[in-house]
Amino acid sequence: MCLAVPGKVLDIEERDGTRMATVDFGGVAKEVCCEYLPDLRVGEYTIVHVGFALQRLDEDSARQTLALFEELGLLEEEFGDPWELAAREATK
Amino acid sequence: MKYIDEFQDPELARRLLDDIHAIVTRPWALMEVCGGQTHSIIRHGIDQLLPDGIELIHGPGCPVCVTPLEVIDKALEIASRKDVIFCSYGDMLRVPGTGRDLFQVRSEGGDVRVVYSPLDALRIAQQHPERQVVFFGIGFETTAPPNAMTVHQAKKLGIGNFSLLVSHVRVPPAIEAIMQSESCRVQGFLAAGHVCSVMGTGEYPPLAERFRVPIVVTGFEPLDVLEGVRRAVRQLERGEHTVDNAYARVVPPEGNPAAKAMLADIFEVTDRAWRGIGVIPGSGWRLAERYREFDAEHRFSVTGIDTREPVECRSGEVLQGLIKPHECEAFGTTCTPRTPLGATMVSSEGACAAYYLYRRLGTTSGAVIPSGTATMAARTSGSAGSTSEPAPLEGSPVV
Ligand code: SF4
Repeated sequence: MCLAVPGKVLDIEERDGTRMATVDFGGVAKEVCCEYLPDLRVGEYTIVHVGFALQRLDEDSARQTLALFEELGLLEEEFGDPWELAAREATK
Repeated sequence: MKYIDEFQDPELARRLLDDIHAIVTRPWALMEVCGGQTHSIIRHGIDQLLPDGIELIHGPGCPVCVTPLEVIDKALEIASRKDVIFCSYGDMLRVPGTGRDLFQVRSEGGDVRVVYSPLDALRIAQQHPERQVVFFGIGFETTAPPNAMTVHQAKKLGIGNFSLLVSHVRVPPAIEAIMQSESCRVQGFLAAGHVCSVMGTGEYPPLAERFRVPIVVTGFEPLDVLEGVRRAVRQLERGEHTVDNAYARVVPPEGNPAAKAMLADIFEVTDRAWRGIGVIPGSGWRLAERYREFDAEHRFSVTGIDTREPVECRSGEVLQGLIKPHECEAFGTTCTPRTPLGATMVSSEGACAAYYLYRRLGTTSGAVIPSGTATMAARTSGSAGSTSEPAPLEGSPVV
């Protein structure tokens, strides 16, 4: 939950009166609320925390961070099946 | 444990380390505030690559670890109710309450669901108007804006069956409490980068000034941590104590103004108990009076909770940086990630779990320090910093 993951904004639309973006995290696409970054644009990179875009990030930094997270298995931790992860934890 | 070659940019890591080794003349004790940083430090063996006298004290910045037992027990109680769908982040599933955890509540028939975002919980509430949907809203300043927005949405859309069990904590009052503690050895802080990405850096200069400690806003990735350490040590060696932003690519000085405005609307500052530490004045947020209808603590009267911590668990001392995890008797014997006695053994951001997962062999032989690196020119004894090496991890399991 504590991880903030950088991703690329693929699409932005209004839903239920809220600005929602589709963000790509190195292959995993998620719906993300971008109310806190009102001028976020398609094509930009953003730092996402529990489904909310909280800051912008330059492309190079975003790519490096994503590559690191991927390598460390952190993306699976963040986006994988939590029950399975917790069950696996329990049998470590 | 880790080789410097495993860093993403070994060249840069080497340069940062060389620089740290070159500027250090005496021992210093730094506290990394955030659990993500602790995780990174232990996983990558950063503490073992630093000069001997530089001690990293692991701070209380793992929200899973500091959520008070009483709140966990309340969560377990609410989650057990027939009419409730209880939504939580996956990290909270195995946090021990008094005698059980959310995982068990679920196996006993409780409707516990793991969500990625609090907005998912709100959606579940919309889909199940006949049920009460409760979201477990814990975390630091980074996790609070999403929860604030969710309550804002619930009110706007008139979703009456949604509520939040809130236990938010704030970093600056914790820094204040740590500095005021009599046993405090901390001489400089690596502040939590993502907390500052929301709150900005404005709350820290008064603390740096008052306690005469450098506060360096630092990221989580190994190279970020090295850079944070380098800047903090540089200030200490020069006798400075300012707020420095080593994570400017994510942290503008003002933070995120829209998120701060929402926080100010939805929450109000309150005293908060930190698990293992105790009550820290003004260190938390709760829902403001006008949003009480969305407060799970008000919606469900939970009484008769009798909290009991296992006596052998020393996570309070771990969280205050007074002992390292392996100094706890239970570490790796009766307490493991599989059978955690304390919350710090659950989340991988908890210091106990980080030590367990990445310090099994506990040797420093793997830490390859670039040749030609300067050792500490002199070690003065006047510093409060400890120069003792961490004890070998006896009793810790070997893979
Ligand atoms: S090792 Fe276990 S029992 Fe000891 S302090 Fe850590 S969580 Fe508590």
